[in-house]
Amino acid sequence: MRSMARRRRPGGAPRSPGWLALLACLAVSTTLPAAPPVERALKGERCVEDTATMRRDHMRFLEHQRDATVHGGIRGARHSLKGCIDCHASARTGSVAQAPTDFCISCHAYAAVKLDCFDCHSTRPARALAGVAK
Amino acid sequence: MSRRAVLGAAVAALAGVALAPGIRLIEVARAADGADGAGGAAGPAAGKGADPKVRWGLLIDTTRCAEGCTACVDACNAENGLGTPSRPTDARWIRKVEIRELRTGRQASVPVMCQHCAEPPCVDVCPTGASFKRADGIVLVDRHSCIGCRYCMMACPYKARSFVHEPLHDQKPDVPRGKGCVESCTLCVHRIDRGEKLTACAEACSAAGHGAILFGDLNDPGSEISRRVREVRSRQLRADLNLDPGVRYEGL
Repeated sequence: MRSMARRRRPGGAPRSPGWLALLACLAVSTTLPAAPPVERALKGERCVEDTATMRRDHMRFLEHQRDATVHGGIRGARHSLKGCIDCHASARTGSVAQAPTDFCISCHAYAAVKLDCFDCHSTRPARALAGVAK
Repeated sequence: MSRRAVLGAAVAALAGVALAPGIRLIEVARAADGADGAGGAAGPAAGKGADPKVRWGLLIDTTRCAEGCTACVDACNAENGLGTPSRPTDARWIRKVEIRELRTGRQASVPVMCQHCAEPPCVDVCPTGASFKRADGIVLVDRHSCIGCRYCMMACPYKARSFVHEPLHDQKPDVPRGKGCVESCTLCVHRIDRGEKLTACAEACSAAGHGAILFGDLNDPGSEISRRVREVRSRQLRADLNLDPGVRYEGL
């Protein structure tokens, strides 16, 4: 398809001048949303995996871990959702998914990927809830 | 060296690998697991997972359960973030059932929760495998694969399961729950996995001064619950169904 379009071009509309293309590029770059703000984790120096691995594979780690936890009763392992929430809950909202700037929502909104973890799971670490209760 | 001596040495070497007659490496590994996992009645250490040697259960003494007392129900609601049920469709993991014998007029109050059957009908009927029994005998719902069809609710002879009809908020971090899933008593599985040996209901019942609920490992002959079950007559509800529930009742 693409090669056909390329072949048709010389006979079609006259090529737009270079400055117009540059202007169009500028317009696009100003309308594209900037990279999402990612809050730094509250505690801990480094994540359980390096950043690139976590960006690409966190959902696979979580899915694997959840079966081990629910069916096997293995808790507190390396890739637990509670572990994520413990470190990444926002200092301001105390949650990973309450405000649009909170850790999980920030990226997921940018990538337009709906996440339903928090339909069931708490978005706050246990210590924050204990603080609220007191 | 003669041929016979070489063969003899080979056999001796093989015997060394097999350790001793009847003992295989796998058994040694399991024994080591049990030793450092503080397995058995102590519950699985963090990260070890459900222990297949354990069968968790409850023994409920109906002669000590007080009529009108809802300590266990309230503790369960608080522990698992169920809130106070107001509508008939709200989730209830423990129901207090008041019974009265017609001839004698004897009354008893019986808390009924998931009976954690050895042969759970809810697991048999589940079309997605969401309803399952853990290695240590606890019957649970994996909400990740529950589609909310509610077959398990119909299959359960104890009416132990509830369906969540409305979106939920502020769940407990240890007890994720959500709309569209079936749920029931988990024997406080999050506590057991932490190594605790008391469910919220048993704890509250003792705190209220009744001590009617005893939690423990039915497979460990040295545990309090095993001793009581051995010494005192107790019954399983609907024993005729041969489901072998892990919850037993005394004085019914």
